Amino acid sequence: MLHRRDVVNQLLQARDASLLVVSGLGSPTWDVAASGNDVRNFNFIGTMGQAGPFALGLALAQPNKRVLLITGDGELLMGLGVLATIGSVQPENLAIVVLDNEAYAETGGQPTATHGRTDLAAVAEACGFDHTCTVAREADLADALALVHEPTGPILVVAKVLLEPLPMKFPYSFDGVAAINRFRGAIE
Amino acid sequence: MPDGGHSDLIKLCDAQAGMDTVTLTTEEDGVGLLCGGWAGKRRGVLLIQSSGVGNCVNALALPAVCRIPLLMIVSMRGEWGEFIPWQVPMGEATPKVLQAMHVHTQRVDDAADVGPTVTAAADFAFNTRRSAAVLLSQKLLGAKQFKED
Repeated sequence: MLHRRDVVNQLLQARDASLLVVSGLGSPTWDVAASGNDVRNFNFIGTMGQAGPFALGLALAQPNKRVLLITGDGELLMGLGVLATIGSVQPENLAIVVLDNEAYAETGGQPTATHGRTDLAAVAEACGFDHTCTVAREADLADALALVHEPTGPILVVAKVLLEPLPMKFPYSFDGVAAINRFRGAIE
Repeated sequence: MPDGGHSDLIKLCDAQAGMDTVTLTTEEDGVGLLCGGWAGKRRGVLLIQSSGVGNCVNALALPAVCRIPLLMIVSMRGEWGEFIPWQVPMGEATPKVLQAMHVHTQRVDDAADVGPTVTAAADFAFNTRRSAAVLLSQKLLGAKQFKED
């Protein structure tokens, strides 16, 4: 099992200037915030299940930029149908990294369906994603994360991560207007 | 989200240069999709049936909290001449649910009013950065008829 903030830091440390990042509510937003305050990030703090559709809309509107959605297993499971929509639309510039701790960490660690038998990479593949993989070992992480930069998407990488207590880090603003204005203003 | 009341409009959208159509698996995904599209400096419209308004409720917090303009055209069911009783509860609740989520709502009963009302709703949404919905009434669209073979 991986450490979630190592995964996020590796994804964002050598970041391409045109990469736009969307994070799903809960731990992924705290993780992305902990990696740095960047104007090219938009962090969900609510509306569970909406990060995927938002990232798809952004990718369609900005075909010359790469869009990376970093979200959790619980958030993605709430709106699993979006994988079918993404698979149909085939946005080449969209990649999803799922930080899969197999639990609803924000609400007491109750197990999600991925703790059972649901395989999110297999779901994405069956929906027509171009590249999918699941990574659980540190030794395989670099290769798995390299997939995110493949030119032909859509891409989905499941990173199996520990359910671990981590320092809380808030994103730029809880005020949605301030957050979206800053993010939109950073897009040329 | 395909609906009989929107089928001609969807064909026109498909044929329109510079316009993309995305078919959703559930209506609330259209809320996030259009919000992401606006963040990326494009505009869109969500075409749904009144039953799908119920699916959108919590998602409508996203445009509300971020003041993202969201334009919806809703084909009504469960009212004028309805045959299917299962359509009635959400049809009756549709305007109340939209208003509860701070969506500016206008209803159209006459064909001549559709264009001006949609234009006004679009202006309202994009100029004031709020959500707006146009409800196309079942009286306008015609009640769907069902018959056993």
